[in-house]
Amino acid sequence: MAVDQQLKIELGKQGVFVTTIEELYNWGRKNSVWPMQFGLACCAIEMIATTMARYDLARFGAEVFRPSPRQADLMIISGTVTKKMAPQVVRLYNQMAEPRYVIAMGACAISGGPFKQGYNVLKGIDRYIPVDVHIPGCPPRPEALIQAFMTLQKKIDGQPLTGEKRPRHLNPEAQGEFPVPEQGAHDLEPTSNSGVWPIPVIIR
Amino acid sequence: MASNPYFSLVVLFLAALGFGLAPLGMAWLWARVFSPAKPNPIKNAIYECGLVSKGDAWVQFRSAYYLYAIIFLIFDVEAVFLLPFAVAFTGLGVAACVSMLIFVLMLIEGLAWAWAKGVLTWA
Repeated sequence: MAVDQQLKIELGKQGVFVTTIEELYNWGRKNSVWPMQFGLACCAIEMIATTMARYDLARFGAEVFRPSPRQADLMIISGTVTKKMAPQVVRLYNQMAEPRYVIAMGACAISGGPFKQGYNVLKGIDRYIPVDVHIPGCPPRPEALIQAFMTLQKKIDGQPLTGEKRPRHLNPEAQGEFPVPEQGAHDLEPTSNSGVWPIPVIIR
Repeated sequence: MASNPYFSLVVLFLAALGFGLAPLGMAWLWARVFSPAKPNPIKNAIYECGLVSKGDAWVQFRSAYYLYAIIFLIFDVEAVFLLPFAVAFTGLGVAACVSMLIFVLMLIEGLAWAWAKGVLTWA
């Protein structure tokens, strides 16, 4: 059970440090989120700028961008997802080891963005994989990506270890495999993953 | 035992070993006991940048590389024999030096053979 916040501060003043396993586990996880090297389009340039000297993302724990999905915790979908690339994105997401998180960076990854009317543009990657943080922008500034990273860290911090709200990787019934869409005659089949993206109902 | 000059080194060594192994042990324990295993065929598939990989990754071994393996092995074993000889050099008699010289000459003969065969030039 968690200790009352005031009591914690009082004990801290006396030099006694109290914590729970859940806090330690989440602290370790949130401060070492390693992204995967996954840049698709212009947002990728902003992502690269965020990792460089001026807006250093490594100070938040994203020390290295791993090339392999097996070693990464976070997938930053930066750029327009075309329908040709969508099966590969979903397959890479499936190949990441849990716990895994997704940040949809930029308007294209959220909903298709300025190229929404394109015949080959997937209108948002959250049709197929569950997205944790969305960042609006075209492209979002590096500070916005850092803000998204901090939001993700706050989200990880608030995840309990047991009970209803436990994260996907601790829940054996939670979906682990997200079906990979195939290239159909005119469109991807299926057009979206109904477990992840409820098809919006048009109310006239 | 605490007065032994190496005692503090042993303690520090064990601490360093523990510092490295403890997080690994805790992670292994967590993965075994608490974290549910969720394997699925796509997750365990071969990584090929998001594509489905076709065919086998086992290509035929180029047997032309055997020469490099042999030469490395010979000279590696020679180095292993030369090292204790070099350490004990000043305490040995003439017979030991002569036998070592014959050993080295036999290996040089092997090197001369490889040189004459043209293995040591590129292409």
